[in-house]
Amino acid sequence: MDGKGKVIYINGPVVKAEHMADFKVREMVMVGEKKLIGEVISLEEEIGTIQVYEDTTGLRIAEEVYSTGKPLSLRLGPGIIGNIFDGIERPLSKIYAGGGQFIPEGIGLISLDEEKLWNTEITVKKGDLLKSGDVFAHIQETSLIIHKAMVPPGIKGKVIRIVDNGYYTIIDTILILLDEEGNNYELKLAQEWPVRQPRPVWQRMPLEKLLITGQRVIDTFFPLAKGGTAAIPGGFGTGKTITQHQLAKWSDADLIVYIGCGERGNEMTEVLEDFPKLKDHNTGNPLLDRTVLIANTSNMPVAAREASIYTGITIAEYFRDMGYNVALMADSTSRWAEALREISGRLEEMPAEEGYPAYLASRLAAFYERAGYCKNLNGTEGSISIIGAVSPAGGDFSEPVTKYTKRIVGTFLALDRELAHARHFPSINWLLSYSNYIPILSDWFSDKVASDLMEIRSKMMGILQEENKLMDIVKLVGEDVLPDDQRIILEIAKIIKVGYLQQNAFHPQDLYTILPNQYSMLKVIDKLYDRAYACIKEGIPLSQVKEEKLFSDISLMKYQISEEKPELFQKLIERINGYYDSLENRYKEGSTDED
Amino acid sequence: MKIKYLKLDKAEGPLIIMDEVPDAIYGEIVDIEVSGNKHRTGQVIQIDKNKVIIQVFQGSSGISLDGVAVSFSGKPMQISLSHEILGRVFNGMGKPIDGAGEIYAHQDYNINGRPMNPVARLYPRNYIQTGISTIDGLLTLIRGQKLPIFSGDGLPHNQLAAQIVRQARISEEEAGNFAIVFAALGIKHDEADFFAKAFEEAGVMDWVTMFLNLADDPVMERIITPRCALTAAEYLAFECGREVLVIMTDMTSYCEALREISSAREEVPSRKGYPGYLYSDLASLYERAGMLKNTKGSITQIAILTMPNDDITHPIPDLTGYITEGQIVLDRSLYQLGIYPPINILPSLSRLMKDGIGKEFTREDHPDLANQVFSSYSKVQEIRALAQIIGEDELSEIDRKYMEFGRQLEEKFAKQDFEEYRNLNQTLDTMWKLIEILPEEELTRIDPVLVKKHLRK
Ligand SMILES: Nc1ncnc2c1ncn2[C@@H]1O[C@H](COP(=O)(O)OP(=O)(O)OP(=O)(O)O)[C@@H](O)[C@H]1O
Ligand SMILES: [Mg+2]
Repeated sequence: MDGKGKVIYINGPVVKAEHMADFKVREMVMVGEKKLIGEVISLEEEIGTIQVYEDTTGLRIAEEVYSTGKPLSLRLGPGIIGNIFDGIERPLSKIYAGGGQFIPEGIGLISLDEEKLWNTEITVKKGDLLKSGDVFAHIQETSLIIHKAMVPPGIKGKVIRIVDNGYYTIIDTILILLDEEGNNYELKLAQEWPVRQPRPVWQRMPLEKLLITGQRVIDTFFPLAKGGTAAIPGGFGTGKTITQHQLAKWSDADLIVYIGCGERGNEMTEVLEDFPKLKDHNTGNPLLDRTVLIANTSNMPVAAREASIYTGITIAEYFRDMGYNVALMADSTSRWAEALREISGRLEEMPAEEGYPAYLASRLAAFYERAGYCKNLNGTEGSISIIGAVSPAGGDFSEPVTKYTKRIVGTFLALDRELAHARHFPSINWLLSYSNYIPILSDWFSDKVASDLMEIRSKMMGILQEENKLMDIVKLVGEDVLPDDQRIILEIAKIIKVGYLQQNAFHPQDLYTILPNQYSMLKVIDKLYDRAYACIKEGIPLSQVKEEKLFSDISLMKYQISEEKPELFQKLIERINGYYDSLENRYKEGSTDED
Repeated sequence: MKIKYLKLDKAEGPLIIMDEVPDAIYGEIVDIEVSGNKHRTGQVIQIDKNKVIIQVFQGSSGISLDGVAVSFSGKPMQISLSHEILGRVFNGMGKPIDGAGEIYAHQDYNINGRPMNPVARLYPRNYIQTGISTIDGLLTLIRGQKLPIFSGDGLPHNQLAAQIVRQARISEEEAGNFAIVFAALGIKHDEADFFAKAFEEAGVMDWVTMFLNLADDPVMERIITPRCALTAAEYLAFECGREVLVIMTDMTSYCEALREISSAREEVPSRKGYPGYLYSDLASLYERAGMLKNTKGSITQIAILTMPNDDITHPIPDLTGYITEGQIVLDRSLYQLGIYPPINILPSLSRLMKDGIGKEFTREDHPDLANQVFSSYSKVQEIRALAQIIGEDELSEIDRKYMEFGRQLEEKFAKQDFEEYRNLNQTLDTMWKLIEILPEEELTRIDPVLVKKHLRK
């Protein structure tokens, strides 16, 4: 496999070469003297079309194209976690260490560290029969993740040789398998896998667990499921990235794969600077110890942007196969779609809507399809949840990427420009957003939180919808003309919005709320609503029913009641009862007096 | 000796096409000698076998198919840089036009730059005090940030940029290591003169490097100008250790030049005729702001763009907003009310502000206070809409307080003289004064502890 092509056409990331009859579609190739990395995307007779993952400036006609004989693949093994890679898994920290403040072209195909020794604990013995996916070694890769070396898919056999526990690199042979046909397989701590091909699983399982995020508007209003999919569309500055960062920080996944796909360099830097200092909510270990970063910033080559999504999801699948719950964030899937569009345009394909290729919808679907809750080949269970940001042109949700994504995902968190301008964050619009996972999660909520949680949620949603209708009137005539039983709806809706839905990602007390406290907060608001509404119905005027201090304390309970003092919610409920009991009594006495 | 090619296949708009060029290099610069010893510059933008498409920065008009001599340089576009560029004026292609001679330098720099490694970046956290209340209080500018001004025709974006330059320099000048790189992209002569004068008045002329592509200069050169400017900025920042402020105006003209090239190449357009790669192209400019670990210097970028029809959803502001770290949005109706600077705070945003203000940086009450002002001012907009319908007299008492808050915010806080410098304490104290107009229960964004400490003090 050492055929050589010859460059005959160059147009940005798209290069064509002749004499490529021996190459394969989807094969990884090296282009030109600088050995730029590329992938064959089509072959027609002798002419191959190549998408190049590095800047092609400086490439000359007639330079050679070298075959590698394999598809664009990743090396999967210890050394991934806590690391930051470019779109095709080249380690950016290593490039930096080699003097790369700015990223040069032609650095070749480097990936995981081949020299690092890993303390390896062997979990099988000679004579064992192993099949695809079976774990043969454990490595404590970081404080939070035990890396499990697995037999690659498609291979099985008997262990005929194996090393002892000890320190090994990812290129040392750990064991040799002999299969029934008499083939030998040398297995190492790392394996390779082509990025565009989903890794096989035993079977897909129904989704039934909540992906806990600590974000109130998400967990209790528009929940995510472990193994589910979600989209966060929103115009610029509406809070997509901050929301994704919040999920990366606080969600109860075992591992986070964060893909910065065509976004800002500083946002990746921020994660790199902050995550080592932030502590995992459950274990207290540094968050970077469960995070993998893939960065193709907006000024990096556009073809690698297209690949970055697949690099991320392949890494996620690899850890799912070990039995972990992985959450993958892609910020932003729109930039990935635009990369498809740009390459498609340079290939002079027939454009469909807004210049996007006709296969946009199917590519999007195929990507989200790689999420799921699965029984793995080795019998463990693992999941991948995908949360994709969408950046609609002009903030208009009817554009193709938003439209197609909406058809696929289970949770749709629509960010709203007006709310963002009013600094109501997260700016998730409660009328436009939805979660299809509520029915399947209701058992989970009943078991783990409270049987009436979803019921209260529906009631709160009802109040918000009612408020929305009333606001149409208020906008025309003002609030004062409404009867008190409608004004109380506005007041309670305000508390739900300010006191519950709004959550400040930068306030130490507010960035995360445990589920029991989310429930208690809703209970408090629910109690306030019931008691206040009853009083109004009794004819007590709003001015009496709306006790300023009580209402304002409830709005501020998110700041004032810490995780350690859940009993304070009970105190608040008692205060509500106390106030309205006496109000009702006073009123009753008052009305008897008049008799 | 380089071979000269003497025949073109086609010349049309900004492109020339040549056949029989056996070994062209993608992206290389070519020199086109047009009859009469005049030279133009082009860049190879597509190669198909022996056929080469070249984008000519001065356009192809006046070029005849056999009256030229084209030579290929084998190199990308480069400029020579040394410390001497400070105080100098260049044209849009990076050639000196101030009559002070060539720049003698040891090194040429590729103007396309390279993407900064995110691992090498240092997250910007230090604020720049501009002395302008709306900016310092609500849209804090951070050293190393890219914060554009979204403006409209006839709005005072140039004044605002000039005021920032004049007032922000103060602390940096003491350190003696700041610099300004100014890129004019298709602006009028009087606008360029305005900036030159403003720099002079601010006493910074010796630290300014200007790259001028004015309205009557070749349109295609505009594609090169910001790249020259940013390469100079990178040199001054990361090789000379200076704190560099880059001003680029008007990005709208730049994008229009890009659209022209794209349509000449008959590419499939995306929105409003702009090419699908407008986002990536703009990012290749805007992302050249920032700071580097273990390296002195910084690049802070203020790009100015005029929104066609004041429409913020137009692809130019839209894609810019998706790349930059916030935006300062100017508003025509505020300007018509006589408010300078007419910054509409609601759609404006400084994303890096969150990490550069508060206890360690400005004042502990700053974040909550800013939040409160944003949120209350957005309420003002709702109430104003209502007042339009039912009349201000019919408003509830609270709503009338909001109306008063809105009025005073615009009059006493947003409105500021072109020459006026307000320090940060003044600005924050004024913000407290403003929210005092509102009943205390309305202050849901501020930590009650801070309310107790600051309100009516
Ligand atoms: N939960 C939050 N709490 C507080 N502030 C927030 C929150 N979410 C967003 N913000 C504010 O909104 C700003 C913009 O958010 P973000 O950067 O996430 O927007 P975005 O939707 O990713 O924009 P773009 O598409 O341009 O990348 C932040 O800098 C921050 O000031
Ligand atoms: Mg973002």
